[in-house]
Amino acid sequence: MKPLEGLLVLEFAQFMAAPTAGLKLADLGARVIKIERPIKGEGGRQIAIKNLFVDGDSLVFHTINRNKESYAADLKNPEDLERVKKLIAHADVMTHNFRPGVMEKIGLDYEQAIKINPKLVYGIVTGYGNKGPWANKPGQDLLVQSLSGLTWLSGTSKSGPTPFGLATADMICGHHLTQGILAALIKRAKTQKSVLVEVSLLESILDLQFEVITSFLNDGNKLPQRGSEAGTAHAYLSAPYGIYKTKDAYLALAMGNLLFIGETLKIDFSAYQDKASWFTQRDEITQLLASRIQEESTSYWIDLLNSKGIWCSPIFNYQQFLNQEAYKVLGFDQELDLPTGEILKGTRSPIQINREKLYSRKAAPKAGAETELINQQFNLI
Amino acid sequence: MKPLEDYLVVDFSQFLSAPSASLKLADLGARVIKIERPETGDICRHLYTSNVVLNGESTVFHAINRNKESLALDIKNDGDREKIWKLIEKADVVMHNFRPGVMERLGFDYESVKAKNPTVVYGEISGYGTEGPWKDLPGQDLLLQSLTGITWLNGNKNDGPVPMGLSIVDMLAGANLANGILACLLRKTLKNEGALVQVSMIESALDFQFEAITTFYKDGGQLQERTASNSAHAYLGAPYGIYQTQNGYLALAMGSIPVLGKLLSCEALLAYEQMAEAYDKRDEIKDILANHLKTQDTVYWLNILEPADIWCADVMDWERLFQHEAFKVLDMVQTVKMSDGFEYETTRSPIRLDGEVIKSAKGSPILGEDNAKIIKELYGKI
Repeated sequence: MKPLEGLLVLEFAQFMAAPTAGLKLADLGARVIKIERPIKGEGGRQIAIKNLFVDGDSLVFHTINRNKESYAADLKNPEDLERVKKLIAHADVMTHNFRPGVMEKIGLDYEQAIKINPKLVYGIVTGYGNKGPWANKPGQDLLVQSLSGLTWLSGTSKSGPTPFGLATADMICGHHLTQGILAALIKRAKTQKSVLVEVSLLESILDLQFEVITSFLNDGNKLPQRGSEAGTAHAYLSAPYGIYKTKDAYLALAMGNLLFIGETLKIDFSAYQDKASWFTQRDEITQLLASRIQEESTSYWIDLLNSKGIWCSPIFNYQQFLNQEAYKVLGFDQELDLPTGEILKGTRSPIQINREKLYSRKAAPKAGAETELINQQFNLI
Repeated sequence: MKPLEDYLVVDFSQFLSAPSASLKLADLGARVIKIERPETGDICRHLYTSNVVLNGESTVFHAINRNKESLALDIKNDGDREKIWKLIEKADVVMHNFRPGVMERLGFDYESVKAKNPTVVYGEISGYGTEGPWKDLPGQDLLLQSLTGITWLNGNKNDGPVPMGLSIVDMLAGANLANGILACLLRKTLKNEGALVQVSMIESALDFQFEAITTFYKDGGQLQERTASNSAHAYLGAPYGIYQTQNGYLALAMGSIPVLGKLLSCEALLAYEQMAEAYDKRDEIKDILANHLKTQDTVYWLNILEPADIWCADVMDWERLFQHEAFKVLDMVQTVKMSDGFEYETTRSPIRLDGEVIKSAKGSPILGEDNAKIIKELYGKI
């Protein structure tokens, strides 16, 4: 049995951050019902990457909303709203990511929702918190990355701001919402009272930087200095940490004893006996490493470095990586049964409970797919 | 009351992955006791970043391990092992991030712990799972990024592999572990049932890329290119990216190209009328935008785009952000104090409960500083 079986979650949220939390709760066993506007459904159904759509909804929507149900309701229609309120009375959790004020107008903000259900755990995702000059700014991943300082951590000192190439703020925020909701449910089990959980994309992306921000705060507010050479991997770590071009591809070198690595690669590092220089002279050390490493192939270096216990790896793309035995043995692929009879291949939850992988073949629902069923089950009509 | 008050977490883990999970549990109210090797302790205590030393140890250690206690015991010494067992009997959560097989050899694996504490929630993080050809490889962040495809998502087309400049896989694994532990702690609270929660860095790296990998499968195994310039997400069309202005940078998310063209008075963009062109012709569109946006400063563009509801933002560093009212109002920084009186600043928990931010004044522990107190709690004497 999955740990969250028996839990009912209503997801009023759209796009990515909060719906990824819904997905995690669903994979851990909760029943997650999306409350969506009739016919069109949530906005994320039309946001596509690479222009890919499946059965009328974007592929991205399918990945985030598998293993959920959909209940269609127009929250501006009094009859629909009444039904939704009845449903809230049965729920353990509800989430939304509307801008401040929207749920108040509908009448489903925290204060009003707990009048319907005094034991409700109520989760809200915002872009930048609920007060201050940015409270009404669009909470979009790239914008949050750009405002948060994160873009100065990747790439080289010459490359300008370099974002993380995935919706990182959204996904980290989804984790934090999940944690807040689960902790709140534990609290509720003891107090029998409702809990309000709030997270924001900005606080979450700052939390992701907590180590380096702590360095900044306690080191005279020195901003991150990225390395000058291609492949530099962490503004705060010393040489050799990074990726290097080889004769035929690339090689990643993690942290290690530079002098021993130099000996192994036959590079003269005698000028860098002082460990502090591995950081202060990082660029010139990296240049020496780069010019030597490009002389041989990746597999040559991997064999040599592995034999000496030095931490390194090749660089794979999806074609190379997803064909590795080490990937296949994970059983990470998740097949989803589309209503059309086709199968969509995606990935499963990354958590295993009692040595069981958490699979679920249920594909994302069409908008309102379970409205009738839910009306009956909860006597809403 | 914090939600996890009166929960005890016994944490054998080191470095960042699992310790970042126990920090989350600590901030949510749990009592977290680090079991550390005498004399050296968590290796992270001396894993320095940018050579910054804070009160004799690495800043990173102080950031990850605030709000925890330290019990220095030798896991291989019989007398110390007895103490560890006594503590484990009281624990709600036991966690570690040793490589597969190590806890079995040490005798503190799930089966052994469960035998003495049947309702324990036992969490572990491995690098690559517990089976398969890579299971004994070092679970190190840059190597995981390199192996799983992450390095092809950042930077521009001709940049070669570009890693994300944080230990992102460690932190994602920690987040997944915290999620799994909390879900099982909830069940334990309701049904008095224990569980084993297993997470790996490799699965965490893959889960992070779930959209991109699903796209790869759906698209017949096509590799994805980043754009030639201004790339911010390899799979998204123009204008998605960061652009240089006369005095700084401007981030532009989604938006219709002709609408942008009109607002920015950039005639060349008006021709891209078809929705699909924003993706299909993204290199040339970005090129036009990049040249055009260079001609004015950031505020000039923001003043045009923001009132028109175009998703855009300034690009800031911490210095500018931390001085901004929007940051100050978050109350994100807290000062914590160590037992020797040393104080340092760090960020707080990112989760707010019942309208309150969660702070904790306790700094990181000095190695073994809680030995006497904990042993007295266990045995009634020292």
